[in-house]
Amino acid sequence: MAWVRLSEAEKVYIAHGVQEDLRQDGRSCEDYRCIEVETDVVSNTSGSARVKLGHTDILVGIKAEMGTPKLERPHEGCVEFFVDCSANAAPEFEGRGGEELGTEIANTLYRMFNNESSLDLKALCISQAEHCWILYVDVLLLECGGNLFDAISIGVKAALFNTRIPKVRILEDEEGSKEIELSDDPYDCIRLNVENVPCIITLSKIGHRHVVDATLQEEACTLASLLVSVTSKGLLTGMKKVGKGSLDPESIFEMIETGKRVGKAVHVSLQEILNKEESLGKQRQKVGFLG
Amino acid sequence: MAGLELLSDQGYRLDGRKAVELRKIQARMGVFAQADGSAYIEQGNTKALAVVYGPHEIRGSRSKALHDRAVVNCQYSMATFSTGERKRRPHGDRKSSEMTLHLKQTFEAAILTQLYPRSQIDIYVQILQADGGNYCACVNAATLAIMDAGIPMRDYVCACSTGFIEDTPLVDLCYVEEAAGGPQLALALLPKSEQIALLEMNSRLHEDHLEKVLDAASKACRDVYAVLDRVVRDHVQEVCTLLGE
Repeated sequence: MAWVRLSEAEKVYIAHGVQEDLRQDGRSCEDYRCIEVETDVVSNTSGSARVKLGHTDILVGIKAEMGTPKLERPHEGCVEFFVDCSANAAPEFEGRGGEELGTEIANTLYRMFNNESSLDLKALCISQAEHCWILYVDVLLLECGGNLFDAISIGVKAALFNTRIPKVRILEDEEGSKEIELSDDPYDCIRLNVENVPCIITLSKIGHRHVVDATLQEEACTLASLLVSVTSKGLLTGMKKVGKGSLDPESIFEMIETGKRVGKAVHVSLQEILNKEESLGKQRQKVGFLG
Repeated sequence: MAGLELLSDQGYRLDGRKAVELRKIQARMGVFAQADGSAYIEQGNTKALAVVYGPHEIRGSRSKALHDRAVVNCQYSMATFSTGERKRRPHGDRKSSEMTLHLKQTFEAAILTQLYPRSQIDIYVQILQADGGNYCACVNAATLAIMDAGIPMRDYVCACSTGFIEDTPLVDLCYVEEAAGGPQLALALLPKSEQIALLEMNSRLHEDHLEKVLDAASKACRDVYAVLDRVVRDHVQEVCTLLGE
């Protein structure tokens, strides 16, 4: 990652600013940077989204492929996460350099989605114990400017919202052999319910206060951060402490409260944007990377 | 290929193009702020992103440094969702390694590496969506990114693929045309001096036809040059206007 090195004086400057609830770019402690979200940017995927949060740039592509359900969950499809920290984001990621961070992010995503309510996996089952849809959620990191986890989770939610899985039917003939029939109409497809899909909110402890959506500079003087994954209703589906420093229990509770409050607001504005984009339909001018 | 007419009697291809017609090219320079240079290109449905870091000190072992010129370091990767069927690894497979090598060769021929002894230039390209002509899109994107980084080059490097079907050269092949398995020629050209930076041919082609195909390919490369030149000039004009010059 494009790590930044800060001098002691710069760190003190940032910490004092945070103490006064005024950050380098004029935000207050609970403000996000401007988030740009665009869905349906890669046309050969089932669903895709691009998220730009400050200098952080994320592309998420979802492909639905047919496979067999897991033995212990025969009625459900599954979701696989993969995060590619490409060399585009930082030269250190060249070759296998990005694998460590990629696995860490993917595992966090697995943990956040590892509950009954996040996604209705039963809808992905085609025939019990035989066929199901496997959603490959592939995240591509194009540029990092701090707060990767939040941007990625927003991208995943937007891409899941955008995902369209073709409808299939199981035909059975007299001899009992089964055949899968794909619907002729390309618009005949399943949409996923993303109401309970969580978003990750990262709270970084700087000095005695915590901030959301830290920039690279702020991350450099963060003692420790707490990732909380919050649904639109304010439910917590996962939590993780990252960073070198330690946190006391009291501040963790404070951070969770902030996380819930901010998370709800993020969900509301994200849903608004997604609905607006959806309502434009085909008339929407696709911007992608050209804008 | 049975049942698929790549070139109709009227001279039109599957996507309605004429034999020597390119796909629509749209490009943008300076996509990212953190990299030294970056560019994005769309050639039809093929989308590529190139990022350039450098020239900077040699990273890793110093033994790689060349005393008289810069090391050009490339990495070609494809997003796992870029192809029709999902790819398992974005880079490191044999095809990507070969592509990496090709890009390195192409740009070593074009960049004035002797100006930066003992340093390194990183070129990273990423295919976001693959629909044929991946190598060519990467070369074109990387050319723009290198220019954005302000690294001096001999000339633009413009690349275009050409196929040969029913005695007609077809330029800028799409995925379906590539998959049909006919002869295919990838050409990277330095258009001003008409020097060839990279030439690669798959499958077999009669020697008598080679000149015809090569001519069509270099014509196509010059067409690509015209488009890229327009993009660069527009970009520079925009930047100058923003700087108030």
